[in-house]
Amino acid sequence: MNTATVKLSAPVKESSHERTKAVWNYKNNAYLLLKILLTVSGFIVAIAVNIFFPQKAAVEIKDYVLNIFGLNISLTMNDAYIFLLAALAVFYLAAGLRSWGDKDSRKKYSKNAAFRFALGIALAVWDIGGTKLQLFAQPFFPGPAQVAEAYLADGEYVLQNTLYSLRLYAAGFSCGVLLGVGTGILIGWFPKVYYWVFPILKITGVVPAVAWMPFALTLLPNSFTAAVFLIVICAWFQIAFLTAQGIQSTPKQSYEAARILGSNSADLIFHVAIPHAMPDIFTGITSANAMAFTTLVMSEMLGQPGGLGYYINQSKVWSAYYKVLAAIVIMAVLFSLINHIIGRIQKHTLRWQEGVVKK
Amino acid sequence: MSSSINISQVDRIYTDTDGKTVQALKNVDLDIRAGEFISLIGPSGCGKTTLLRLIAGLDKPQSGTLSIDGRRITGVDPERGYVFQQGSLFPWLDIEHNIAYGLRARGQLKQKKAGISEYISMVGLDGFEKSYPHQISGGMAQRVAIARALINEPKALLLDEPMGALDSFTRADLQDKLLELWKGKGTTMILVTHDIDEAIYLSDRIVIMTPRPGKISRVIEVDLPRPRHRGGVEFLAMRKEILELFELAQAQPQPEYNI
Repeated sequence: MNTATVKLSAPVKESSHERTKAVWNYKNNAYLLLKILLTVSGFIVAIAVNIFFPQKAAVEIKDYVLNIFGLNISLTMNDAYIFLLAALAVFYLAAGLRSWGDKDSRKKYSKNAAFRFALGIALAVWDIGGTKLQLFAQPFFPGPAQVAEAYLADGEYVLQNTLYSLRLYAAGFSCGVLLGVGTGILIGWFPKVYYWVFPILKITGVVPAVAWMPFALTLLPNSFTAAVFLIVICAWFQIAFLTAQGIQSTPKQSYEAARILGSNSADLIFHVAIPHAMPDIFTGITSANAMAFTTLVMSEMLGQPGGLGYYINQSKVWSAYYKVLAAIVIMAVLFSLINHIIGRIQKHTLRWQEGVVKK
Repeated sequence: MSSSINISQVDRIYTDTDGKTVQALKNVDLDIRAGEFISLIGPSGCGKTTLLRLIAGLDKPQSGTLSIDGRRITGVDPERGYVFQQGSLFPWLDIEHNIAYGLRARGQLKQKKAGISEYISMVGLDGFEKSYPHQISGGMAQRVAIARALINEPKALLLDEPMGALDSFTRADLQDKLLELWKGKGTTMILVTHDIDEAIYLSDRIVIMTPRPGKISRVIEVDLPRPRHRGGVEFLAMRKEILELFELAQAQPQPEYNI
C-alpha cells in the first residue's frame, strides 16, 4: 500500500528571520524620531541663516516697541521672524510627539516630514535672496523677515482689516448658502418653480458677481451690504444649481419606498430628497466658497472702507509690497482654515458615504 | 392580522414613448385569502410586477377594481408593505434608522422605539444597527428591507422578487426566514418570483401568468405538508407539472438500464 506523504513544512528559517528584523517605517520609534528631527531641522536652518548669515544689503532694521501684557518689549523684524520660526518648530515638535501613540497620525506625520523640511529650507533661501543679499527685484520681493515686519508695524490695523473681511464673508456666505439651498430645493421639487426660476438662474448665474457692483453700490444703503449682496449672488447660483440637480436625481424607487412606509410630501422632501441631494449640495458649497473668496477680495479692492483686499490696495499705493505679501499670507491661512472647517462639516454629514466614494 | 384582497377585471395598458400601447394586464381576476402565502410566477413581461404594484397602490388600472377587505385600493398605504427587488434602502441612514423609517414617518417613533431592536433581531441583524447599507451584503440588505416593511405591522406584505439578486445559499436561507416570519405574524404574503422551486417551497397557491397580454393562465393549489422538502417526490412532480405548463419541460429519455 502506497501512502503518499506530502511535506507541508513552512520555510521556518525565513519566517523567524522576518520576525526578528526590525521594520523600518513609521511604526518604528527611531524612524519617527528621525522624521521629527528632520521636520524641526528645516526651521532651525532658517533661524540659523537669519542669525548668522551676514546682512549684505542695506536694509533698515528698526526697533518696534510692543506693549504685551503691560510689558514694553522691543523687537526688530528679525526677532519677530525668528520668533515665528521658533513657534513653527515647537508646534511641529509637539505635533510629532503627540502623534507618538496613534498609528494613523504617525504615518501622516512621517509622510509630511520631507515637505515641512523643504518649507524651512525654502524660507532660508528666500531670506538670503530677499533680505540678506537682495538678489530678487526690490521692492517687489522682500524677504520673509520684512513680511514679518508688516505685522510689527501694522499689527492692529491688519487685525482690524482681517476681522472686517471675516465679517463680510460670514454674512455674505451664510446668506448665500441658505438662499442657494432654499431655491435649489424649490426648483428641484416644484416643476412650476423650475419653469419660472431656473432660466433666470441659468442666465444670470454665469455673470461674475462683481459685474453687478455698480448697481450694488448705488442701490444698497452702504458699501458693506453691497459687498454682502455680491457674495450672496455668487454663492447662490452655484449652490442652487447643484442642489436642484441633486433633488432631481433622486431615484423614483426611493420615493415609492418612502411613500409605502408612510411618508407624506413634506417627509419626502426632508427625509428622502434632501438627504439624497446632500453630496451635491456640498459640492455646490465648496465651489461657491472659492468664488466667494474671489468676490470678497475684489469687492474690498474696489469699494470697501476696510478688509484685506482694501489693505492690499492701500499698501500698493505706498509700494509697501511687504505689506501686500503679509495680507496674502493671512488670506492663505484664513481661507485654508475656512476650507478645512467646511471639509470637516462635509465629512461628518456625509459619513454614510465613507468607503463608497473614492476620496 | 391579515387581509383578503380581491382583484376583478383589471386591465393595465402602458403607452411607450413612440405611442405604442402594451397590454400589461388583461382581465385579471384573483381572490387572495387572508393569511395566505401566494406566489405570482411567470416569464418576464407577463405583468406580475405590474399586478403587485397595482395591489400596492403605486399604480392604477385603466379598468377593473382592486380592493382589500372590501375597501377599494386608491393609493399606497402602510397596511400593505412592499419589498423591492433590490437597492431600496436609504443609503444615508444606518440599518437601525432604515428599519425605523416607517415608525418615524407615521409619528410612532416615541411609542414604539423599544420595538425596533426586536425587528432587528427578528431578521438576525444584531450588531449591525450602526452599519450603513453599502457596508452589508445583498442578503442582509433584503432582510433589512423586510424588517423595514414589517415594522409597520402590515396586513399584507408584497414581495417583488426580493431574492432575485441573491446567490442560492443566501436565497434558501432567506426563504426559511420568510416562512418563519409568516408563521409568526400570519400576514398575507404575495410574492412575485420567476423561480419555480421558490414558489412551490413557500406558497399555498401559485398563480401562473403568461405574457402578451399579461393574464392569469392557471392557479395551482400547493397542498404539500410543511416543512416542505425541496427534493421530495411530490415537490418534484409539482415542479414538472408547472414546467410543462410553461412548455419548458423536455421529454425525458427512457433510461436504458436499471441500477
